[in-house]
Amino acid sequence: MINTVSLSRTFRAPDGEEVQAVRGIDLSVAQGEMVAVLGPNGAGKSTLMRMLSTLLPPTGGTARVAGYDVRTQAALVRERIGYVGQGNSSGHTQRALDEVVTQGRIYGLDRAAARARAAELLSALGLEHLARRRTQAMSGGQRRRLDLAIGLVHLPALMFLDEPTTGLDPQNRNNLWDHITGMRSRGDLTVVFSTHYLEEADQEADRIVVIDHGRILAEGTPTQLKQRHVGDRLTLETTDPAAAERLRALLAAMDGVGTVTRQDTVVTGQVTDGRAALPNAIAAALDQGITVVAADTRLPTLDDVFLELTGRSLRDDGGRPATDADADASELTTEKAA
Amino acid sequence: MSTLTPTRRRNVVSDILIVMSRELRPVTGDPFSLVVGLIQPLFFLLLFGPLIAGAGQSPWAWFVPGILVMTSLFGTAGTGSNLQYDLQDGSHERLLVTPLARSALFIGRAIKEFVPLVVQAVVVVVVMIPFGFRPDAGGGVLGLVLLGVLGVGIGSLSYALAIAVREQDWMFWTVHQTVLFPLMILSGMLLPLDEGPGWMRVLAQFNPLTHVVEAERDLFAGQILTPDVGYGFLAAAATAVLGFVLGLRALRASTD
Repeated sequence: MINTVSLSRTFRAPDGEEVQAVRGIDLSVAQGEMVAVLGPNGAGKSTLMRMLSTLLPPTGGTARVAGYDVRTQAALVRERIGYVGQGNSSGHTQRALDEVVTQGRIYGLDRAAARARAAELLSALGLEHLARRRTQAMSGGQRRRLDLAIGLVHLPALMFLDEPTTGLDPQNRNNLWDHITGMRSRGDLTVVFSTHYLEEADQEADRIVVIDHGRILAEGTPTQLKQRHVGDRLTLETTDPAAAERLRALLAAMDGVGTVTRQDTVVTGQVTDGRAALPNAIAAALDQGITVVAADTRLPTLDDVFLELTGRSLRDDGGRPATDADADASELTTEKAA
Repeated sequence: MSTLTPTRRRNVVSDILIVMSRELRPVTGDPFSLVVGLIQPLFFLLLFGPLIAGAGQSPWAWFVPGILVMTSLFGTAGTGSNLQYDLQDGSHERLLVTPLARSALFIGRAIKEFVPLVVQAVVVVVVMIPFGFRPDAGGGVLGLVLLGVLGVGIGSLSYALAIAVREQDWMFWTVHQTVLFPLMILSGMLLPLDEGPGWMRVLAQFNPLTHVVEAERDLFAGQILTPDVGYGFLAAAATAVLGFVLGLRALRASTD
């Protein structure tokens, strides 16, 4: 469905400086896949999405989308894709139903077919009672669902969603994803969405592409990513910070243990095999007279993956720069020499 | 695969019609919005008209056509700000991803200006009849067409400006205000320039609005085949062509 080779985009800033927003991305997306493009703000997600949806011509490399080249066959690509950008798709003085019908007409549906399809979509997205409402009088969640209806009216084979849930509350986010999942279950829809919400990529995507500074850092299923990059995550809690600090040093010296961090009385380490490391760590702690009051091993979260890949945390706060708490945690991080 | 098959071949004309009817929908859905644009010209007519009335002569044949051109100028010069909204909130971007012809996105918007403008002009003319305005029917219809063409031209220039300054939205109103008033005063639409200083009369000759105003006065008086009418249509058409060229160029540049 999508195939890019060394896809790049350079912008020229007003001061003449060149900014490389996307640098040589090779990406393949198969039909029916749901792929998340995950990265912090400014990583190049939107630039990538805009190139794939023909909004922005690439300055280097090639991209084929739905079988056609985005640069030389843009019109053919546009016939086949749907796109929901970061902004509102609907005009603020328009009425909800009118916008969906107009979109259908744009794709060549006759008036009756466009109206039928629009009514069906508004009802599927829980917006039928707002059909005559002006979009500027709708809530953020309602407008986002309307954007989805507008993007889906022509039943595209491939859908781009650029940060579809940014700015929505958790309830509306879940609601929107329920609708997207519902749409997918009814057809062979391929979806590429960008997000800086880790849990969203984790839960919704078949495959995640992590990008930062315009490059792909890693890709794979959520489980693959977690395993490939950081192994398991071992957490031990002890009685006081001093003991925890001793435990941290102890753990960091053990075989098969990667980065170890401490926060107050809790020590967290990245280990290749959690089930093997846990009993060893507890035994070693007892040996040193350190009391372990709680212990746990699990697959890491995507945040751990992200921290390892980019050196910074991608917190579920809308991608803001690291907070003081993050800074405190990273001060205590010990990188173990390989 | 569950992809819909389009029921017709697409072409630029149907694209233009789609864009135009989308742009007209907020107006037709709320016709009262047109009344707002009529308040100012009607006040000008009713409060200025008696002041400039010549000895025993009705001022309307001279003044109403000028006010109609003013309505056209004020009604369409700010229309680019609607496009600025759409550029900022994403609805323009959404249309750029569709198969709509790029030119249709612009031309459909520009041609849309014709309709509300002509409706407003008809209201002004009808309101002024009880006050003694006596328009010529045939010339009046041509006058409305001329107004519409001018509106399309000014509207396209306004859109071109909105696209060109999309990164600095305050710039739009700065240019708008700077250009509008000299254009208005140097067209003789409110006050005659015949008695003005020479430099004013020279500048006025380069203002397309001057020619449109003079053409409108001839047309509404029933003098259809005059050189002034010819120059008026030429000036309006030139404005429209310039607006289209600049607008399409700005749109193309904005999507690279």
